[in-house]
Amino acid sequence: MTEVALNGIEKVYPNGFQAIHGVDVAIADGELLVLVGPSGCGKSTLLRMVAGLETVTHGEIRIGNKIVNNLEPMERDIAMVFQNYALYPHMKVYDNMAYGLRNHGVPKAEIDERVREAARILELAPFLDRRPNQLSGGQRQRVAMGRAIVRKPSVFLFDEPLSNLDAKLRGQMRIEIKKLQQDLDVTSIYVTHDQVEAMTLGDRLMVLNGGQVEQVGSPIELYERPQTRFVAGFIGAPSMNFIDGQVNEDGASVMLAGGERMAGEGAAFANAAGRSVVVGIRPEHLQIVGEGDGVAHLQVSVIEKLGAETMVHGHFGEDRTDLTIRLEGIPDLTVGERLPVHAAAGRLHLFDPDTGTRLE
Amino acid sequence: MVENRPILTFLSHLIIVAGILVVLLPIWITFVASTHPIENIMTAPIPLWPGGKLIENYTTVLSAGIEDAGGVAVGVMLMNSLIMALSITIGKIAISIIAAYAIVYFQFPFRMFFFWIIFVTLMLPVEVRILPTFKVVADLGMLNSYSGLSIPLIASATATFLFRQFFMTVPDELAEAARIDGAGPLKFFRDILLPLSRTNMAALFVILFIFGWNQYLWPLLITTDESFYTVVMGIQRMVAVSDSLPVWHLVMATTMLAMLPPVIVVVAMQKLFVKGLVETEK
Repeated sequence: MTEVALNGIEKVYPNGFQAIHGVDVAIADGELLVLVGPSGCGKSTLLRMVAGLETVTHGEIRIGNKIVNNLEPMERDIAMVFQNYALYPHMKVYDNMAYGLRNHGVPKAEIDERVREAARILELAPFLDRRPNQLSGGQRQRVAMGRAIVRKPSVFLFDEPLSNLDAKLRGQMRIEIKKLQQDLDVTSIYVTHDQVEAMTLGDRLMVLNGGQVEQVGSPIELYERPQTRFVAGFIGAPSMNFIDGQVNEDGASVMLAGGERMAGEGAAFANAAGRSVVVGIRPEHLQIVGEGDGVAHLQVSVIEKLGAETMVHGHFGEDRTDLTIRLEGIPDLTVGERLPVHAAAGRLHLFDPDTGTRLE
Repeated sequence: MVENRPILTFLSHLIIVAGILVVLLPIWITFVASTHPIENIMTAPIPLWPGGKLIENYTTVLSAGIEDAGGVAVGVMLMNSLIMALSITIGKIAISIIAAYAIVYFQFPFRMFFFWIIFVTLMLPVEVRILPTFKVVADLGMLNSYSGLSIPLIASATATFLFRQFFMTVPDELAEAARIDGAGPLKFFRDILLPLSRTNMAALFVILFIFGWNQYLWPLLITTDESFYTVVMGIQRMVAVSDSLPVWHLVMATTMLAMLPPVIVVVAMQKLFVKGLVETEK
C-alpha cells in the first residue's frame, strides 16, 4: 500500500525562476496520475522532484509514510522510465535490468529470477544477450520498462516514455503500459504533453500550466466540466472553440461575436445573466440543425474531409474567430455556405473573460 | 565511390604504392645499414640489401652499447623509455579523466575558474615552462629519477579537454538512471563512464604513448646519470661523438629498436580503437 502525497510543493531555481507554484495532490494506492501540460509547464520538474533528481524548495513529498524530501533516489523505492530510455549502451539487456538490483545487494539467484520474469512479461526473452543498439525503438522502450519492473518499486515514474516512438507503436505501447500498470497495481505518475495519452492512461489527470495546477480530476470530468479556459482548450482534439459573447439579461440566450445568438433551454445561463463571457463549444457538440430562433449561422471557409469525419472551419458573421465543427461521415457542403448550427445549453462552457475561470 | 574501372583502380593503387615506397625507403636504408659492418656503410655506394651482421650488431647494441657514447646498453635505454612513456601515458589518462569527471559532473565553487586554469596551460608551449619546471624538479630532488622523468609531463590540458567534451555528449539521463539504480558517484564512474570512454582512452593511449616515447628535451635536461638515459636522447648522443666517426651501423640498429615500441602500440591499439568505434553507441 503506497500513497504518494505532495503538500505545498514549490520549486525555485537558483536564478530565481519559480518553476512550480504550490502543488497539492494525493495519489491513492495503485492509482495512475497523469501530469499533463504544454512544454515548460513544470510537469517534468515535478516528476523529477518526486524521483529525487531535483531538490524541493518548499513543501513535502511523502511516499508511503515517509517524507522523502532529503532521501537519495535509490532510497525512495521508486523506478523511473526516461524519455530517451537512458539504457546503458555498453551493457547487455540482461545487465541493464540487473544493474539496479546488483547495487541493492539482491542475491544473484533472485536477480536472475526477476530479470527472466520481467523479460517474459515484456516478451524480451530472446533479446537478453543483445546490447541496446541492436534493438528497435519499441524493444528499447520495453527494456526501460523492464528495468523499472524488476525493482518491484512502490512507485513508477514515467517521463514521456512514448514520445520517441512512431505513432503506431505509441498506440500499442500505451495499451501495454496501461495493462502492465493494472496488473502490477503500482502507484504511478506519468508525465506527457500528449492529451490523448493522458486521457486514455490516467485514472486522474493533473493539468499544469506555468507551474500552477489548473485542474485535477478524472479524464471525463476534465472533458465535461473544465474548470478553466486553459483546461478546456487543452483537453480534447480538435480543441474547443472559444468565442466572445454576452449573456442576455434574461439568462436564456447568449449573443455571440459576429451578431449571432444561441439560445438555451429556459434560463440556462441565469447565473451569468448580463455578463460578458467567453463561450467555449467543443467541435463535436456544434451540430447542423434546422433554421429556427436562437440558431447561429456559420460562414464556411475550409472543409477538411477525413473519411470517418469531416472538420468544417468557419466563422460567425463579421467576427474573424476561427471555429471548427466536427461532423460524422462526409456531409455535402460547399465553401461559403451559411450553415445553421446549434449546441445544447449543457454543452456550452462559459468562462470569465478576465480570469479564465468557469462560470457555473 | 563504387566504380568498376580497371584503369582507375590501377592508377590509384600505383599512387598508393609510390607513396608507401617514399615513406618506406628511409626505413629500409636504416634497416639495411644496421645489418652491415661499419666499413660497408662508409664506402660508396651504400648497400641496398641486408648484410650478414644483423645478429652481431643488434646483440652489441642491446647488451654493451656504444663505448664513445658512454657505453650504456640500449636495452637499458629502451627500458627507461618504456617506463617513462608508460608512466606519462597512464598518468595523463588517469589524471585527466578524473579531472574531467569532476568538472562535468560536480557542482563546486570556482568550477569554471579551474576549468579555464587547466585550459590556459594549453596555450603555453613546453619550452616556455621548461626552466621553472626544471627548478621545481631540481628543488624536489627528482633529477635522475623516473618520477622526475614522468611526473612533470603528466598534467595534460588536452586530454582533460577531450574527456570533458566526451562526457558532455553522454546524456544526463544516463547519470540519473544510474542514481535511481543506486549507483553513487564512484560506481557511476566505474560502471558506466569508464566503459563508455574505452574508445577515447584507446585513442589517447596511442597518441600519448608516442608523445611520451619521443620526449627528447626534458630527459636531456634532467638526466645526468647514464642509467636513466632514454633511447631517443641516447641516439643523439651516439651521433654527437667527439674525436671519432659515429658508428653508424650501431646507431642505425638503435634507431630500428627505438622505432619498434611505438609501432607495436599503434598496431595493437588500432584493433581496440576500431572495435570500440563499431561497438559503442552514444
